[in-house]
Amino acid sequence: MFRMACLLSACIALTMAVGCGQSTPGSGGGSAKSKTVTIKGSDTMVILGQRWAETYMNHNPGITVQVTGGGSGTGIAALINGGTDICAASRPMKDKEREQAKAKGGKEVDEIPAALDGLAVFLHEGNSLEELTVAQLEDIYTSKVTDWKELGAPAGKIVCYGRENSSGTYAYFKEHVLKNKDFATEVQSLPGTAAIINAVSKDARSIGYGGIGYAKGVKVIKISSKTGEKSVAPTMENVVSGTYPISRKLFFYTIGQPSGEVKAFIDWTLSEEGQKVCEQVGYYPVAKK
Amino acid sequence: MRASGVLPGREEVNPVESRPRAATAITSGGGGVSADRVAAFIIKGCASVAIVSLVLIFVFIGKEALPVLPVVGSPDVREEADLGKMFLPGEKGYGWQPVSEPPRFSLLPLLVGTLKATIIAVLTAIPLAVAAALFTSEFAPTWVREIIKPAIEMLAGIPSVVIGFFCLMVIAGWLQSLFGWNFRLNAFSAGIGLSLAVIPIVYTMAEDAFGAVPQAFREGSIAMGASTWQTAWRVVLPSAAPGLLAACVLGFGRAIGETMIVLMASGNAAMLTFSPTDSIRTFSATIAAELGEVVVGSGHYHVLFFIGAFLFVLTFLINLAGHWWIGKLQRKLQGAA
Repeated sequence: MFRMACLLSACIALTMAVGCGQSTPGSGGGSAKSKTVTIKGSDTMVILGQRWAETYMNHNPGITVQVTGGGSGTGIAALINGGTDICAASRPMKDKEREQAKAKGGKEVDEIPAALDGLAVFLHEGNSLEELTVAQLEDIYTSKVTDWKELGAPAGKIVCYGRENSSGTYAYFKEHVLKNKDFATEVQSLPGTAAIINAVSKDARSIGYGGIGYAKGVKVIKISSKTGEKSVAPTMENVVSGTYPISRKLFFYTIGQPSGEVKAFIDWTLSEEGQKVCEQVGYYPVAKK
Repeated sequence: MRASGVLPGREEVNPVESRPRAATAITSGGGGVSADRVAAFIIKGCASVAIVSLVLIFVFIGKEALPVLPVVGSPDVREEADLGKMFLPGEKGYGWQPVSEPPRFSLLPLLVGTLKATIIAVLTAIPLAVAAALFTSEFAPTWVREIIKPAIEMLAGIPSVVIGFFCLMVIAGWLQSLFGWNFRLNAFSAGIGLSLAVIPIVYTMAEDAFGAVPQAFREGSIAMGASTWQTAWRVVLPSAAPGLLAACVLGFGRAIGETMIVLMASGNAAMLTFSPTDSIRTFSATIAAELGEVVVGSGHYHVLFFIGAFLFVLTFLINLAGHWWIGKLQRKLQGAA
C-alpha cells in the first residue's frame, strides 16, 4: 500500500514536471492523400453526406469520399486541427472558431451553404396538440411551462428531449428558439436524432426536436413564428420559401477556397444532380443564388 | 488463507517475481541459468510495460488538467474555469452548461449523478452476486454450478454498449410502465443497467473467495453439528470477508467508470437532486459526449480532462481505502484463527 502511495505521488510529481513545460499538442499537417476527400462533422448531415458520397463515387471511380459524423463542433475542431478536408456543419462557424482556423491553417475559412433543413419538432403520436409557437417552444425547453395542460393538451408533465451540446442542432435550437437562454437542466440529452425519435415514440408525454429527415413513428407538429400567425409544417415549399420559422442552412466549410478534388466534389453537390440527392434524403435544395 | 486478489495488476507482481527466482535456485549450477534469466527479464518487462503505461496515462491526463488548477494553471483558462467555478455555487446556483455564455462548469450535479448511479448499481449488484456465489459454492450440486457459473461469467463478455441499448429500449420501458416515473431514463434505470456490468465481476471474485476457504473449516463446522446453512452463513461467509470486500471494491470501480451504459440509459440531464427517479449526467458520460467536440486548449477542454483526473484519483482513493480495510480484516482473521 505504501508502494502504491509512492507510485501516485511519483505520478503527480512527473505530471507537474511535464506540465510546466507545456506546449500545444498536435501538428497541422492535414493535407489528405491525392484521391481521398474527407468530410467530418454534423450528425444531421451524415446521411446526406453519405448519399452524396455514394452517388459521386459511382460517377467518379478512383475517388474516395469518406464521411464521418460526431457533431458540427467535432467537425469544426477537426477542420481547425487539420483532420479533415471538408467540415460539415449544421450551424455557422463562430468568429472565434474562424480566427482559430485562420491562425492554424493560414487561410480564411470558406463557407458554402449546401442544403436546407427544416428543424422539426416531434411529439408522441397520441398527443392531441396540433401546433405550437416558437415562444411556447422556448417556454417548454426553459421549463417555464412544465405541464401539457398549459398548452391546451391533456394534463401530464412535459418530458423534454434534446441533443448533446456538441450538436449543431443543439446550438441552432438554443440560438433561434431559446434566444440563447440555457436549456433547463431537466432537458435530457440523447446521442443523436434517431435516439430522440425512439424516445419520443415511446414516451407519451415527451417532446423532441431534430432534422426532418429522421421523422418516423412520431408526430411532426406545425410551428408558427408568433401567436396569431399561421402555423406551418416543415414541408419543402415552406422551408425553401422561408415561411417555416425554424429552418436552417447546412454548410460545408473548407480552409481557403476549395481546390482540386474537394472543389470538384463540392461543385457537384451544388449541381442539380447533387441537390436532387438531398431532396431524396429529406432535406431541401438551397435556393438558387 | 490465500491472499484475496484486489486489483489483479498489483497483486500478481509478487508471484511473477518470486517464481523465476525459485526456479533459478533449484537449477543453479546447471545449464538452465541463462534461459531463466531471459525468461525473468521478459516477464519483468511485461510487468513494467503495464506500470509504465499506467503512469503515462496519468501524466497525459494530469498534464491536460493542470491549467484549471491554482498557481500552476494558465490564467486564460482559469478565467473561464477554475476550482471555485467547479465546486462553489455560481450566480445561478450549480449548473453544468459548458456552451452557455458565459459557460458554467459546476461539477456538483455530475458528482451527485455519478454517485447516485454507482450506489444504486452497487446496492443492486452486490447482494445478488454474493448470494449467487454463496449458492453455487456451498449449496448447488455440481451440474447446477456448471451451468450458473459460466452463464454469469458470460455476462461480463457482453459489450457495455449492448447492455446500454437493452437498458434504453427494454428496461427503461418496463420500469416506467411499472412505476409511472416522470423520466423514462433516470438514475434508477441506469443503475440497474450498470449492475448488469458489475454482477459478473463481483460474482467471479466472490466465488473465488468462497473457494479459497479451507475445506477443513467446513468439515469442522459440520462435525460440530452445524447445518450446511449455518456453516455457509457463520463460517464460510466471515472467513471469505476480505475476498468479498475486494470484490465489492472492484465492482464499485467498474460502476463509477462505466460510460456507455450511463450515456445511453441515464437521460444525461445534469440535475442536482437526490431523487433516484430523476435523470442524471455522470462524469464518464460527460467526457464521452463532449470531448469529441471541444476546441483543443479551451476552458471546456481542460475541465473535461480535470474530470478525468478527478475520476482517476477518486477510484484510486477508493481502491486504496478498500485495500487497507482488506488488510485489516485479514490480520484480524489470521489473529483469530
